[in-house]
Amino acid sequence: MIDIDNLTVRFGGVTPLDGMTVKFEAGTCGLIGPNGAGKTTFFNVLSGFVRPASGTVTAFGEDLLHMAHYKRARWGVRRSFQTEQAIEELSIYDNVAMVHEHSGVSRAQRREDVLGAIGFVGLEMDPETRVGTLGARERRLVEVARAVVGKPRIVLLDEPAAGLPDEETEHLSRVIKAIPEHMGALVILVDHDMSLVSACCEVTAVLDFGKLIAAGPTAQVLRDDKVIAAYLGGEEVAA
Amino acid sequence: MTSTTTTAETTSGRTGRSWWIPRLSQGDRVRAAVITALLLFVLLILPSLLSGYWTNVCTAVAIYSVVALGLGVLMGRTGLVSLGQIAILALGAWVAARLFFATGLPFPLVLILTGLITMVLGTVVGLPALRLSGLYLALITLMLAGAITVALRTTNFPNGGHGFLGHTETDRGAGDIRRPLVAHADTAYFRYTVIVCALLFLLALLHVRAKPGRAWAAIRQSEPAALAAGVNITLYKLWAFALASFMTGVAGALLAADVGQLFTLAFPTQDSITLLAAVLMGGIYSIWGAIVAGALMRLLPALLDNWGLPADLLTILFGVGVLQVLLTAPQGIVYQLPRDLKNLGRLLYGLVRKVVPARERAG
Repeated sequence: MIDIDNLTVRFGGVTPLDGMTVKFEAGTCGLIGPNGAGKTTFFNVLSGFVRPASGTVTAFGEDLLHMAHYKRARWGVRRSFQTEQAIEELSIYDNVAMVHEHSGVSRAQRREDVLGAIGFVGLEMDPETRVGTLGARERRLVEVARAVVGKPRIVLLDEPAAGLPDEETEHLSRVIKAIPEHMGALVILVDHDMSLVSACCEVTAVLDFGKLIAAGPTAQVLRDDKVIAAYLGGEEVAA
Repeated sequence: MTSTTTTAETTSGRTGRSWWIPRLSQGDRVRAAVITALLLFVLLILPSLLSGYWTNVCTAVAIYSVVALGLGVLMGRTGLVSLGQIAILALGAWVAARLFFATGLPFPLVLILTGLITMVLGTVVGLPALRLSGLYLALITLMLAGAITVALRTTNFPNGGHGFLGHTETDRGAGDIRRPLVAHADTAYFRYTVIVCALLFLLALLHVRAKPGRAWAAIRQSEPAALAAGVNITLYKLWAFALASFMTGVAGALLAADVGQLFTLAFPTQDSITLLAAVLMGGIYSIWGAIVAGALMRLLPALLDNWGLPADLLTILFGVGVLQVLLTAPQGIVYQLPRDLKNLGRLLYGLVRKVVPARERAG
């Protein structure tokens, strides 16, 4: 469970997150909103790249904001990036292992976990293949494997399906849906593909201009007038 | 590249988990055999083929390969641009010279001590890397290199007095910096140097293949992504500087004992830039590239000299070489040469196949 209370981020005169208060309970939760709504900034706060001006983040009883950023991955905050960041020079195995090897588990356990994560995302190729030789789909899956290896607690996925064709998005959505039960983590999914969000997430929160405008069961949120207005720009027209 | 795709094709068949071979793959074994054979050739046969002059040149090539590999670790693996490596080399040589004159420690111990002291100094030079990157880091390291050169010159680069700070005002300075007892002659010292350099290469390889190497690769790709993967960026950046400085320091000690007399003139600041050019040409992401870079740094000038060509030509050659590599093969000569030779072979084979049947038909 992750409890965000009154989270505010300011960059000079811009306020990408403005008093965001939301609770993500368990399972796969969606986080949507128009471009510039503050979704990635929110992820950056959780990863520790951005220090918020005010507010608290409590994850599984732990005060996340007071944890050194590189320790958060070891504790269990994992993420994928909007532009995929798998390391080209390393093999699939090394790419996944490097996320896990700072967590202090035994060598044998580590190998089992790494191969388990690669199997979990459905990458059926030699783990010693260099990531630089892979296609877009495989790279995405490597990134998801990096996010779920070991014992993740919170998995943040930033537009994992961006640029993937439909049938590959379908495979990815099955993988994302399986993360909570298989890996025991809370997943927060940011994506513009509403069908992916609807397919994966029981609950969804909506951000617009740094403010939470709706939260609740996904189907209900997507029918919300304020959400439709935010996406279609109706609010500004009315104002 | 082709070998990885073929192994991927052949092993992707579903045979459970046993297909995953832990660390020493077949490619690694072949590589180890090739390296051993090459090393034996260099140690046993090469010295008998070379005159004294060329043996000394080869000693310098081995030493500069280690310096190049240090830059490869920093820049190729971790993405930290350092233009101060020759100054670090000078520091190493200076520390070693002082240790040789001031103490009677055995040679290998002096090598290790020099490495450790240079490691501390070099890591201090690397401190700006925690805040800066790219061009700014390059400039800072270049300035520091200049400062080190100036400091060494004004404090009289040791020409061999007694004690730690001894200095004698004679034309030739005091006695030569001593060499190891087992390797006093040039040929023996060449072999000694090659063995030490091979050990340093092994040290770097062990790092690159293990946890630090993966952490460095992550930092090089993207610092936020490395952080998100749990890499302690501060630790691993300093680690890269520490390893590079250790290796460069030991190389400096080998150089000090190789030349016997040290002069600040041998370590001009601009050599650090030449080194960068040589490493880029050789292949910054490759262990072999470092050896090519060492040869470019020391063998090429000797060859030009031997052929009676002006030394300035080197700068032009390096400039053209860097442009060529960056435009056509960013991975360096070590990747480009096999690829181009293969293409040439294919082209010739194609020509032969075209010409031969035509002749048969004609005849």
